[in-house]
Amino acid sequence: MTTTPSAQVIPSPRDPYARRKTTRGNYELYSWVFMRASGVLLIVLIFGHLFVNLMVGEGVHRIDFAFVGGKWTSPFWQVWDLLMLWLAMFHGTNGVRTIINDYASRDLTRGILKTLLYLAFVITVALGTLVIFTFEPCPANADPALLASICFE
Amino acid sequence: MPEAPGGTLYRGREGMWSWVAHRVTGVLIFFFLLVHVLDTSLVRVSPEAYNVVISAYKTPIMGLGEAGLVAAIVFHAFNGVRVILVDYWSKGPRYHRVMLYVVLGLFVVTMAGFLPRHLMNVFGGGH
Repeated sequence: MTTTPSAQVIPSPRDPYARRKTTRGNYELYSWVFMRASGVLLIVLIFGHLFVNLMVGEGVHRIDFAFVGGKWTSPFWQVWDLLMLWLAMFHGTNGVRTIINDYASRDLTRGILKTLLYLAFVITVALGTLVIFTFEPCPANADPALLASICFE
Repeated sequence: MPEAPGGTLYRGREGMWSWVAHRVTGVLIFFFLLVHVLDTSLVRVSPEAYNVVISAYKTPIMGLGEAGLVAAIVFHAFNGVRVILVDYWSKGPRYHRVMLYVVLGLFVVTMAGFLPRHLMNVFGGGH
């Protein structure tokens, strides 16, 4: 049995023209889109954070352990700060990655700098996430004068 | 020295310098973020440890640093919106230069709202 000519695959004349079949995926495109999407969210998250922590009341003078305790007993601020931490770390790390790629032309230099960057990313995100989820606003044996009012309700 | 050719977005003049400022402010904010997560993590050590370190943020010198940090964030945020408009708005590239002056105007207005309040908190009496 032989194949009939009609069974041969003939490319459609309307096939989209591709100069080069891509083998590397669209990583840089997604990173570019992510910078814009996360940037918009970060404007809301960080402006809110700065307003509450620096503008309301006595501003920076209000910030102490009790202030943080009062905020992080609320799931609202836990989610807010967690989202801010993750988005800002991805956004910032990706930005610095771009800058390293632009200016560090030697392979070794670029490799070392990016390794340090990713290490800082992993440590900071892990530490920050752990702190938000394991925070104890009213630790036993602590000086009551340093705790949030919510500890005495 | 040859003039940058007219009509380019990112070579010379407003296009390039806003790009430079965006990078510089971005890197500054990133390194502060690393430090800020570390200092906040002290809440897991003890109330005393956190209060001691955070009191450093209340000194006049650090207060000025916070003003600089907020300035960097506000510029990066507004110029970031401008970058998005240049990328996605069909008329963005044509108005990129005008938009930079809008960014700088909004920057001045925002800082005029923030600075007096913050500096009174930092340098004002009663603490």
